[in-house]
Amino acid sequence: MLNQLTIAELTAQLSRKEVSAREATQACLDQIGRIDSQLHAFLSLDAHDALAQADAVDRAIAGGANATAQPLLGVPIGIKDVLAVKGAPLNCSSKILGKYVSPYDATVIEKLRAAGAVVFGRLNMDEFAMGSSTENSAFGTTRNPWDLSRIPGGSSGGSAAAVAADECVATLGSDTGGSIRQPAALCGCVGLKPTYGRVSRYGLVAFASSLDQIGPFTKDVRDSATLLEVISGIDHRDSTSLPQPVPHYRNALTGDIKGLRIGLPKEYMIGGLDPEVNSAVQAAVKQLQSLGAEIVEISLPHTDYAVATYYIVATAEASANLARFDGIRYGQRVDADDPLALYSKTRGAGFGDEVKRRIILGTYVLSSGYYDAYYLRAQKVRTLIRQDFLKAFEKVDVIVTPTTPTAAFKIGEKSDDPLQMYLSDIFTISCNLAGISGISLPCGFTSNPRLPIGLQLLGQPFGEETLLRVAQAYEQSTGWHKERPPFSAAGK
Amino acid sequence: MEYEAVIGLETHVQLKTKSKMWCGCANEFGAPPNTNVCPVCLGLPGVLPVANEEGLRLTVLTGYLLNCSIPSFAKFDRKNYFYPDAPKNYQITQYDKPSTAHGFVDFEFAGGMSRVRITRAHLEEDVGKNFHFARNSGVDFNRAGVPLLEIVSEPDLTSSDMAYTYLNALKDILIYGGISDCDMEKGMVRCDVNVSVRPVGQKELGAKIEIKNMNSFSGVRRALDYEIPRQIAVVKAGGKLSQETRRWDDVGGITELMRSKEQAHDYRYFPEPDLMPFEPTAAWLEEVSRRVVELPLARKQRFMTAYGLPAPDAETFVNDVPLADYFEQVTATAKNPKAVANWVINNLRAKLTETGTPLAEVKIKPADLPDLVALVDGGKISSKIAQDVFAEMFATGEAPAAIVEKKGLAQVSDTGAIEKLCDEVIAANPKSAEDFRAGKGAALNFLKGQVMKLSKGKANPGLVGEILERKLQS
Repeated sequence: MLNQLTIAELTAQLSRKEVSAREATQACLDQIGRIDSQLHAFLSLDAHDALAQADAVDRAIAGGANATAQPLLGVPIGIKDVLAVKGAPLNCSSKILGKYVSPYDATVIEKLRAAGAVVFGRLNMDEFAMGSSTENSAFGTTRNPWDLSRIPGGSSGGSAAAVAADECVATLGSDTGGSIRQPAALCGCVGLKPTYGRVSRYGLVAFASSLDQIGPFTKDVRDSATLLEVISGIDHRDSTSLPQPVPHYRNALTGDIKGLRIGLPKEYMIGGLDPEVNSAVQAAVKQLQSLGAEIVEISLPHTDYAVATYYIVATAEASANLARFDGIRYGQRVDADDPLALYSKTRGAGFGDEVKRRIILGTYVLSSGYYDAYYLRAQKVRTLIRQDFLKAFEKVDVIVTPTTPTAAFKIGEKSDDPLQMYLSDIFTISCNLAGISGISLPCGFTSNPRLPIGLQLLGQPFGEETLLRVAQAYEQSTGWHKERPPFSAAGK
Repeated sequence: MEYEAVIGLETHVQLKTKSKMWCGCANEFGAPPNTNVCPVCLGLPGVLPVANEEGLRLTVLTGYLLNCSIPSFAKFDRKNYFYPDAPKNYQITQYDKPSTAHGFVDFEFAGGMSRVRITRAHLEEDVGKNFHFARNSGVDFNRAGVPLLEIVSEPDLTSSDMAYTYLNALKDILIYGGISDCDMEKGMVRCDVNVSVRPVGQKELGAKIEIKNMNSFSGVRRALDYEIPRQIAVVKAGGKLSQETRRWDDVGGITELMRSKEQAHDYRYFPEPDLMPFEPTAAWLEEVSRRVVELPLARKQRFMTAYGLPAPDAETFVNDVPLADYFEQVTATAKNPKAVANWVINNLRAKLTETGTPLAEVKIKPADLPDLVALVDGGKISSKIAQDVFAEMFATGEAPAAIVEKKGLAQVSDTGAIEKLCDEVIAANPKSAEDFRAGKGAALNFLKGQVMKLSKGKANPGLVGEILERKLQS
């Protein structure tokens, strides 16, 4: 089944002309048709357009196009509903955008297209990327393909579930505090959050501008490297993208991690850590050691402040970023006699509870008289958190942690307790605050029910090559990534 | 008790860039509504601002022109408020780290020099424009994202006239520096006023009242002429003023309460995460500083001292820079720049208008105007003949001496020839000769005119007068 292939496998078959891009895209569409009514990873998709793109790729291949020049030639890639795709709906899983259709392509979408990808579908997420379960989507919760009664993680839950359930060969998501790594861990796929500034944010609907990064969901680490290489690079439309050269990430996958120093932060061994998750991570650490890495205990002393800092910085930025959704120029409007009433009614009806909660929190921390105590202080702590990491990276090449404290939880289990929900991002949040790179990859399963466990590796700013090298060496020595959920694999 | 006003101004000026501040849309007035727009200036989901470097340059250049310091670190902030003309419902501005600070403007006022200190000039973005129709409203976003400089003065102004004069001086500087066209009718300059009153001699300031919605400098003056006496009257009657924002009603000629201090916005400023801080390098600043021009006041003073021009002539040149540049070019070799200035201001300018000739196409060679002046000053030709010579110079580009030579226009100072002409005229006009002898002085002018006419204007008028008088009195 072509939808089950990796990017590397599919492009190889395409270039040998054993299969067509149309067949690959059709296989994904068939899989979506077969299971997505239960999984609900997709909000919408334009099958006709996807197949037209695939046909164009087939013509290009016939004309001599190849995957060396276009590394994603013919690869069906699904897109989180937070990225602007020209002519496609853009809702951010919110009611407030109504029937909005983006008139332009995000930079990453342009790059995917240039690399030959078949870009399709709108993948479910927590509304405006605020959440850890997709339960905050205005259009229903995505299910975890390993257990349909459980959440897939979030906010990029649709992107993770779609890859894990072979609905796409790869997807894009966004990560503000763990929104790629956490769902990747809970769904059992590979999710990478690049260094802040590595990937252009132009066309990514901003949640927290100083934390957001776009990144890939893939079935293995090699594909992650391929996709990262395509989407990275400075962009004249994003002042925060950085001019660092884009390396050939796949060349970094040597399998050799002998002598690399891997840090274990003592602050991450917290009480709430699930024992099965803990033992899977400990086993992974041993595995890395057996591959020749040196394990070093490190300290990230400001870890305790990360969640609080995050929820001040992120909500402050969000309160301004989401101000534009007012019903004046686009999206759903609830009319009223004066602008103020129009705003209140439109935003009152358009935003969900969690989004409102965060806008209110963000507005509060920026308010006159509170700014210094909250926002300014949070920025200072943020600097300390970044310094913790930079100091640690003087001693180690990568840092290893669990991605999440527990495996996927039940739908509804935490939805009434925002604080518990926030704590599910406890291991991933610091990475965004520090602006460094991070990846989550499968490192085992819980026993009953059988749910994926994620291993998080954190790398230096622009340290993606080392990060990917360690991740791939581990992955290839274990094979956890080859496990597929019985739900979606059934019927093959 | 005597009261005095304390006035500070916040002047918003659109920068003269080709494109808007954060996107490539044209910065252009008068296009059909919502035609100079793109996803960025409409604030569509997912877009990001990218700073227009010319906007940054013009900001710093303004700093130099207003004698400001240029901090090595500046940044952008978000100012949060909801209004339909604001595409993002926040405005990108510079809050606590502006690009320029601590300057001053010197200007002539009330027969002397005045100085207003400039707190800061910071860069921000303009918003769209709301339109209200019978049943609904619309917004034109062509203006949204146009670079806007807010120039904040210290409360150094004391009267409406002084505010008016300062605004005009500021405008002249900005036009001079190529910062802005400052076209009020196109909304390129807008001004808010902060005004308070206090008893003369008191140090503490009174309650600061902000007035908005003036759309001309004279509107600012009128608003102050209304507001200052209003505040004084309130205080004199034992009332208490409190900090508030008032709206100027230009038709009614009054200010009215817009919002009280309690209703004031909390703009929740915070650093704009989509833009990097602005840290200009020495080389960059050096490049900008090369664009600094001589300011109007300095220019006026220089024209008066270097060329000995009277103030009105110097002002003419301050107001017409190309003409002034031309003057400076042609007068380089002149012994009598003041006379050259007269020719440029009175004759050349008229000819340019009359013939619709652009200054750049003037045929007269740089050294020729001073030569013409020298011919007059040396008694070679009369000033009347000089007019004809000038007309010929303008038409053909020929040198004045050549024209005088070719047309035989040199002034006749040969007394013998003039005496002959005088004799002829006296003989032909016995009545006028009689009148003069009878004491009617005016008759001499008539006879003199006749002699000049007979000589085709070439006779030296001084000599003609002398000889006529001698002959009539003998």
